[in-house]
Amino acid sequence: MTALLSLDGLCQTYVNRPDLAERAANLMGAGYRETRVRAVDGVSLDIAPGEVVGLVGESGCGKSTLGRMVAGVEAPSAGRLAYRGTALEAMTPDQRRAWQLEVQMIFQDPFASLNPRMRIERIVGEAAVVHGLIRARDRRDYVADLMGKVGLAADMMTRYPHQFSGGQRQRVGIARALALKPRLIVCDEAISALDVSIQAQVLNLFEDLRAEFGFAYLFISHDLGAVAHIADRVAVMYLGRVVEIGAADDVFGDPRHPYTRALLAEAPRLDRRAQDFTPVTGEIPSPLDPPPGCTFHPRCPVAAPACREIVPQLQPGPTGRLAACLRETGEVT
Amino acid sequence: MTARADTPLARFAGDFVKSPTAVAAGIGLIVIALAAIFAGTVAPQNPYDLAQITILDGTLPPGSEGFDGFHYLLGSDEQGRDMYSAMIYGLRISLFVSFVAVGFAVMVGLVLGLLAAWRGGWVDGLIMRIVDIQLSFPALLVALLLLAALGKGVDKVILALILVQWAYFARTVRGAALVEIRKDYVTAARSLALPGWRILFGHLLPNVLPPVIVIATVQVANAIAIEASLSFLGVGVPITEPSLGLLIANGFDYLLSGRYWISFYPGVALLVTLVCINVVGDHVRDILNPRLSR
Repeated sequence: MTALLSLDGLCQTYVNRPDLAERAANLMGAGYRETRVRAVDGVSLDIAPGEVVGLVGESGCGKSTLGRMVAGVEAPSAGRLAYRGTALEAMTPDQRRAWQLEVQMIFQDPFASLNPRMRIERIVGEAAVVHGLIRARDRRDYVADLMGKVGLAADMMTRYPHQFSGGQRQRVGIARALALKPRLIVCDEAISALDVSIQAQVLNLFEDLRAEFGFAYLFISHDLGAVAHIADRVAVMYLGRVVEIGAADDVFGDPRHPYTRALLAEAPRLDRRAQDFTPVTGEIPSPLDPPPGCTFHPRCPVAAPACREIVPQLQPGPTGRLAACLRETGEVT
Repeated sequence: MTARADTPLARFAGDFVKSPTAVAAGIGLIVIALAAIFAGTVAPQNPYDLAQITILDGTLPPGSEGFDGFHYLLGSDEQGRDMYSAMIYGLRISLFVSFVAVGFAVMVGLVLGLLAAWRGGWVDGLIMRIVDIQLSFPALLVALLLLAALGKGVDKVILALILVQWAYFARTVRGAALVEIRKDYVTAARSLALPGWRILFGHLLPNVLPPVIVIATVQVANAIAIEASLSFLGVGVPITEPSLGLLIANGFDYLLSGRYWISFYPGVALLVTLVCINVVGDHVRDILNPRLSR
């Protein structure tokens, strides 16, 4: 089966050039330099139709940026992004439109993600009318139908976003994404801002919708429990790179990368067993100036001298799991 | 859920009536506006119609009777125009000029400000540098220079006011739009692949309007003041259609000779109008954005 979406070496580098005043100051020796932030640094990932891929990592590791590129909100600075086998650059206008419509996003903050000055009917139904999926006079019925699918009463569509609770707003956001009949939904921390009881409801809604429509999800979260619950496969990101990827049960049951182990050790769990290694210490390094070699070595409990020099590649280790760690690939023992 | 209508407009109106001062100023403004709009029926005389003016009734004090029995409530000016009527007609010119000018300035400022925020880069740089240059000159000076070049006329005063004021709106809109653009609902609109103009004018525009409404009310008062200043200096509206400023200027020559009413009553009318607009504007600002301060 061909992948719905495939990423190959995808990068997003934010370049901040000195402006005119700073360049003028440089002539007098001020020393402003161009700064480059490698938010996403060579990520390769495939998502099959109907598959749920979890993307976990600390804040600042580039997972949201990756999600925005997948949804077409940002253009990647390098690498290949292909939808249904066609690379971004090679897409015909029709294919590009299909990609933009079929990949939709759900956002973290349910208060900022809905336009406060629009009624729900327009928030949910506008794009479907603009893109010719439905006629303008059918909008009301179309939105009513979507409201039912996400568990909201149809007569709520005449209201404004501020009249809803956080969980209801998130359902509106989901209805908005559903309106374009997507195939892949990027959930960017979609449940992090909700109460725990509401989180479970929304998570169940995601699963119900998946069972009904066969959506694929890119489920971005720092909540390992939620990801373990919903994801088929899990990718762990650290400082713009994927450091481990594999089936969710395997990654959570037998983490191979020391960073994944550290993340799991920090996750609050009821059945916590005795810890046999130190949790992650220190802060995530600045992506402005990433450490040489393996970017995780300054915080790694099992780092060896070679880790400071060799950049580990994502390769299958002894268990067949893809992990970017020199100890896994046998280069460091 | 409550039964009352809960639209943004209803909430705004509910907040507005909480302040008695603002309500009083609002009523005053409505009365002034109605008087200006229906000047033809409210005023006892049409001061622009030379057939109704008697030159023999020039500079009569308030309350006196004219040559043909006409009652001059607030006196008359040198040409025998009834001051009360001339003020109402003058108010009409002043309000018309300022509202039309601010209306166009808002439109120009909105389009350019949104464009600058949305496109960024050199478009932003170019538009904002023009704004900077524009704002670094005093408004009255720019208007004076423009009118010196263009000549007199209501249309030319309006044009000068638009050119003086659009920059305030462009800068305000850009600032507000830059904040809004970072919010997720704009990202969502992009993810829905909506056309850029639709995001700009359908999604962003309603969210940048509150600060624009506030600035606009203040700028209407400013425009009236600038128009009055220009007319007072003799480069504004033509003498045949006197605005409040021109009436004040006409009476200025008589001030020291004791005929105070020719300047005094138009001055009071100007003052009351400006105070009403500013009080309403301040209150609108407090409702729409409590943290914004001038």
